[in-house]
Amino acid sequence: MEQLISVYGFNKRMNSSNVSAAGPQTLPNEPARLEIENVRVSYNGQLALDDLTFQVAHGAHLAVVGPNAAGKTTLFKALVGLVQLKTGQIQIHGQPLGHHQDCVAYVQQREEVDWRFPVTVQDVVMMGRFGRQGWLRRPSKADREVVANSLEQLGIADLASRPIGELSGGQQQRAFLARALAQEPHILLMDEPFTGVDFTTQEATLELLEHLQTQQVTAMVSTHDLTLASERFEQVLLLNKHMIAYGPPEEVFTAPNLSQAFGSQVLFLDGVAVVDQCCPPEDEIR
Amino acid sequence: MVEIIDGLLTPLTYAFIQRGLLAALMVGVLCSVIGCYIVLRSMAFLGDAMAHAVLPGVAIAYLLGRNLTLGALAAALVVALGVGLFSRRGAIKEDTAIGVLFAAALSIGVVLISSIRTYAVDLSHILFGNVLGVSSLDLWLTAGLGAVILISILVFYRPFLVISFDPVLATTLRMRVGFFNNLLLVLLALTIVISMQTVGVGLVAAMLVTPAATAFLLVRRLPIMMALAGLIGGFSSLIGFFASYHLNVASGAAIVLTATLLFLLAFLFAPQRGLVWDLSRRDSA
Repeated sequence: MEQLISVYGFNKRMNSSNVSAAGPQTLPNEPARLEIENVRVSYNGQLALDDLTFQVAHGAHLAVVGPNAAGKTTLFKALVGLVQLKTGQIQIHGQPLGHHQDCVAYVQQREEVDWRFPVTVQDVVMMGRFGRQGWLRRPSKADREVVANSLEQLGIADLASRPIGELSGGQQQRAFLARALAQEPHILLMDEPFTGVDFTTQEATLELLEHLQTQQVTAMVSTHDLTLASERFEQVLLLNKHMIAYGPPEEVFTAPNLSQAFGSQVLFLDGVAVVDQCCPPEDEIR
Repeated sequence: MVEIIDGLLTPLTYAFIQRGLLAALMVGVLCSVIGCYIVLRSMAFLGDAMAHAVLPGVAIAYLLGRNLTLGALAAALVVALGVGLFSRRGAIKEDTAIGVLFAAALSIGVVLISSIRTYAVDLSHILFGNVLGVSSLDLWLTAGLGAVILISILVFYRPFLVISFDPVLATTLRMRVGFFNNLLLVLLALTIVISMQTVGVGLVAAMLVTPAATAFLLVRRLPIMMALAGLIGGFSSLIGFFASYHLNVASGAAIVLTATLLFLLAFLFAPQRGLVWDLSRRDSA
């Protein structure tokens, strides 16, 4: 743990420049570090994100919840500059997108990766260091240490030299989380990390998030799992193309809000909201 | 035994045959190494389209009295960039764009070449290669461009790896994804042009795909896959070249068939991924 804390040099800078060296508990008083303003994104004339405006405080952890095709993936892709904004702007640490791209790590959905590609787990995690190395320089000792620590933290150090395709789904996901960790991000985006993974991986992911919170890394995690979102996240963004609600889970997950987000997919049984994920209407637009 | 080997090697006493063999070896290695990216990025169809685009390029260069190699290179690049342009707007998918341009380029080539009566003889040489017609200038050109291509693949190993495996990561790492995609296309176009004389444009796609696919079945790491693919490609060229001489068949086809034979062997017997391996595991289960 000490080793990992020492590599997050960014935090020291943040603390010295901030008036108060506040921990994550006093987040609402911190200046917003991720600002999304009037963001619209469209695909083939169809709006995927409609006039989205919200801020995420530095070091906050946010669950992004919504039905399929609600624009969760689109929102993440907009945050890393992969899709063009139709209107609005995104600022990270007060700077427009592009200035800080290397400080955002994005763990995409499992289906978007070609798992037959001939790379080992170690190769994949080392890719997280490429942004810092340039094209020609060999990995330094520090790079190797960060990679080893990341593998260790996700509990896959013993799999380092295995081809990525030979791992289980959960192990593959942990390899990608280790890579995100090796990027030493200030902001971590995870797209559906809890979908279709085993319990070990789910817990490893949540543990990693807790650890990153002590490092003041901001995290946005999209999920279908309302229970998980309300139990393990302090902030929830309910999304269905436009923002329906944003705040602590107990304020966001109200019957009217959920009906608005999920429509007929949501059922209320004895005061408990159940979302029918069995027959989603259509695939999320990528 | 000595006599048989002597008999096999007799052709090597002629300089034009030595040149042909060297060219075939270089092209075999080169196509197979860059072919690893073609296989991993599912670009086989694009490679084929670029190869066929060489045909009108050569014809136009011939009509204008310009250098045929440069004409071929320009045409291959125009098709590659055209595919990017057609599919980038999202209106049609990439393979559709390739299908449209591929057929168009081939048709233009055929129209032009059939109208140049005097040149019609050489059509089969462009399509199927003429390895014994390699001049020493051609050989030097192949060696020079081949070195440029291999060194580029080595130097830009990391960006090529990341844009191929995970373009999303490449973007978040602020790599110049567009630039490296285009660079890879340029290297591919150069490879195709060099291969034109040895295996011909009709078969170069096979050399780009088959040895790399064989290596893909056998190993699990990209650098090793590239090295093995190069070895398989070179070996196929060697065997195919001698087979074509002794059996008096087209050299390009003989080389491609040798590579195909090796692929079939790997497909059947590769550890873990081969068909026989599958069957034997099913039996024991």
